[in-house]
Amino acid sequence: METLVAALTVFVLAVFVGFEIINKIPPTLHTPLMSGSNAISGVTLIGALLSAGAQHTELTTWLGFTAVVFATVNVVGGFMVTNRMLSMFRRK
Amino acid sequence: MSPTFINFAYLVAATLFIWGLKGLTHPRTAVQGNRYGALAMFIAVAATLLDQQILSFEWILLGVVIGGLIGAALAAKIAMTDMPQLVALFNGFGGGASVLVAGAALLEAGMPTTAAATNTFTVATAASGIIGAVTFSGSIIAFAKLQELMSGNPIMFPGQKILNALVALASVALGGWIVVDPAAVEPYWVMTAAAFLLGILIVIPIGGADMPVIIAFLNAASGLAAAATGFVLGNNILIVAGSLVGASGLILTQIMCKAMNRSLGNVFFGGVGGTVVVGAGNEIYEGKIKSTSAEEVAMLFDVAKRVVIVPGYGMAVAQAQHAVRDMANILESRGIEVEYAIHPVAGRMPGHMNVLLAEAEVPYEKLKEMVHINPTFDQTDVALVIGANDVVNPLAREDNSGPISGMPILDVDKARTVVVIKRSLSPGFAGIANPLFSADNTLMYFASAKEAILDLVAALKEG
Repeated sequence: METLVAALTVFVLAVFVGFEIINKIPPTLHTPLMSGSNAISGVTLIGALLSAGAQHTELTTWLGFTAVVFATVNVVGGFMVTNRMLSMFRRK
Repeated sequence: MSPTFINFAYLVAATLFIWGLKGLTHPRTAVQGNRYGALAMFIAVAATLLDQQILSFEWILLGVVIGGLIGAALAAKIAMTDMPQLVALFNGFGGGASVLVAGAALLEAGMPTTAAATNTFTVATAASGIIGAVTFSGSIIAFAKLQELMSGNPIMFPGQKILNALVALASVALGGWIVVDPAAVEPYWVMTAAAFLLGILIVIPIGGADMPVIIAFLNAASGLAAAATGFVLGNNILIVAGSLVGASGLILTQIMCKAMNRSLGNVFFGGVGGTVVVGAGNEIYEGKIKSTSAEEVAMLFDVAKRVVIVPGYGMAVAQAQHAVRDMANILESRGIEVEYAIHPVAGRMPGHMNVLLAEAEVPYEKLKEMVHINPTFDQTDVALVIGANDVVNPLAREDNSGPISGMPILDVDKARTVVVIKRSLSPGFAGIANPLFSADNTLMYFASAKEAILDLVAALKEG
């Protein structure tokens, strides 16, 4: 129960921080915001690394491995494409 | 490495994620912000690799190399017009990863060496599986529609809502089974399969015009799936990063709904978009349409002081943005003030049109939001509408029950002269006629966007 409350606290506070910051992001940058936050949601990679490396059973290793592939596509692709887009935004 | 050290590294990463998002509040700091995000991810991954639970690195290395190559290739090759598909695909991968990680965690929890599963763990596992699977299949359908692998029209059939409700109930019930009996691994995969089906059922009735909403929504869902996985693993960085993304996606979903004056429920169950009413509005156009030519528009520009360009998706489809930029440069060199009016749903995802124009090297200061540009139309000499339709339809301002009534629009009709570049008088996504085309101060320039702009550039150079 203790850990649940601690985790929920983190969750709720992070949601509020998210709302505060993201409301300030101008519409011009909404597409990069989506691809960039997409890359951030690839943070599931961390859970995938633990499953793929812990070697509990062959099945969990396979699940972990596939998850590592999925999440890395998300992370690497997300940050790279965001960088590509953002470097196009120029002033006069 | 001690868990305290790893958790400390996660705290640093979480701070950098937030710092990175803060960088996105201005185009000047955005590139740096994105780098902070990537650095945060690197720190989180590096710290995780020091965890004692990890015994072998070969599968990890192979997975990272394969995933990294696919991701890098997609990111480097994708055309900016195809960005919505790519984001949909990435959302799907994120959701899929959450399903697999939660499934693996459930399998591990069933083993005698690990601690007994708590209710928090099982509830989070069920949530992670359901949200992740809906995100995965929903995103794949969204991708297929946007990539035109399947028709973008809404697919509807009788009893659809009842079927959706039953499938949703079934997956939640199976999730409940896992909570009661954590050793039951099979129900997890059946639940995931049901949620997978649900994702497909939710997205197939959604039409092309509503895609921006559904992509933003799936973006939020991929974040929430990651956060749920964080509860499964008791991992703070997943919870923080996931909830940031969830918040971001929810805000964008709300902005998109507002821009179309629709509720989220209406988007999911309305099935609007893609239905074109044939022959609509011929009577309101009859005999009132004035068509124009490149030479005539060039003469209008000769006496103009301020021109506002209104790009629609038709411009992007015709790949006319570079030609438009060239034309704007000529106008500016003659001392004419040029700005761009960007409607929130001008592209196929939030902010899409801005990226397409940025790619054509239009400076971002010239891209004006609807609320900022609308008061300036009555001081505008020429409003040049390129391939946009519903977002400039004055019918939206009238209080009737039409499909777009109440939708915020760009008030181009208040400009001294409106020039509309369009192939024909065919209606837009909303399937209704546009009285702007037959207004007294409107000239119709019938041509494809690129052709028209190139002819205009030629006419400007001659004149």
